[in-house]
Amino acid sequence: MARNKRAIPEINAGSMADIAFLLLIFYLVTTTMDTDKGINRKLPPIEDELVQEPPPIKERNIFTVLVNSNDQLLVEDEYLKINQLRAKAMEFIDNNGDGSCEYCKGYGVSSSSDNPVKAVISLQNDRGTSYGMYVKVQNELVAAYEDLRERYAEDEYGRSYRGMNPKEDKEIIKEIKNAYQQKISEAEPLNIGG
Amino acid sequence: MAVIKKKKDKALPAVNTSALPDIVFMLLFFFMVATVMREVDLKVSVNKPQATEIQKLERKSLVTYIYAGSPRAKYQDKFGKTARIQLNDAFASIDDLQPFVVQEREAKAEEDRPMMTMSIKADKTVKMGLISDIKLELRKAQAYKINYSSLQPKDAEALYSSDN
Repeated sequence: MARNKRAIPEINAGSMADIAFLLLIFYLVTTTMDTDKGINRKLPPIEDELVQEPPPIKERNIFTVLVNSNDQLLVEDEYLKINQLRAKAMEFIDNNGDGSCEYCKGYGVSSSSDNPVKAVISLQNDRGTSYGMYVKVQNELVAAYEDLRERYAEDEYGRSYRGMNPKEDKEIIKEIKNAYQQKISEAEPLNIGG
Repeated sequence: MAVIKKKKDKALPAVNTSALPDIVFMLLFFFMVATVMREVDLKVSVNKPQATEIQKLERKSLVTYIYAGSPRAKYQDKFGKTARIQLNDAFASIDDLQPFVVQEREAKAEEDRPMMTMSIKADKTVKMGLISDIKLELRKAQAYKINYSSLQPKDAEALYSSDN
């Protein structure tokens, strides 16, 4: 009975804070906050030899973007600034030259693309182009498509494309993506000003 | 004078620190949840480019990183200033890339392998020649899904200024 009467001594929690601080500092040092974000792209597979000739694409359906080693842009034989590229690309994709695209709002210029499905953007850079410039150009071209999809979503569904939930609106997103298919082709880089 | 109080009478009571561990633990848990383990010790300086059309990389376990940039100051006397590739913790040459991708792919679960994403973390001053070589090696290694790691600019105007 004498045992039960003995009071259990309180555990000294004074050093608890020290232990917690130690752990905290460990985590502060070994971890990073940065979230990984970036532009997703898909590389084309290597074809050893072309089984058949690639189908011919009409000149008017190709939007050529060239970047030289001084990070200057040449778009459709015209010198452009990077902040003009998006509008120019959108104009090209949305041109609707053959009138088959009902949702397009382009001008139907005879020298620009037939419809968004046929429109191809061809990008070629120099080996001396800076990576920063390359990402900027990629970004503008992707943005051109995204802006058109955004407009399409607003017109057809009255909703924002960028705000859609990839799980819930799977079908809608698929349809929008189909309306403006991203077709960016990259050629092997040149080596002029390397 | 009578107005001056005697200081000795009132000793300051000790501040109650019993809630301190709770606060620190709270911070600790916040950091444990909000951060990720640092994968590698960066040997190249990477100043990522800026872009607006960026997507978050969802599953970290599927992502493999390739770093490219000029070596950091402390490695410069040994490796020079030319942009180089870093894989895991070491500098690598372009020929190491293909075995590296294969090895990384082998390490992943079979059903995850097609979803493997290569994240290219390159400095914005790196020349495209090096990036093109990386891309060609990735194509040879059949790693087609890539991601150009970039930062969200603070405002859209900054994107068009010439210095970045």
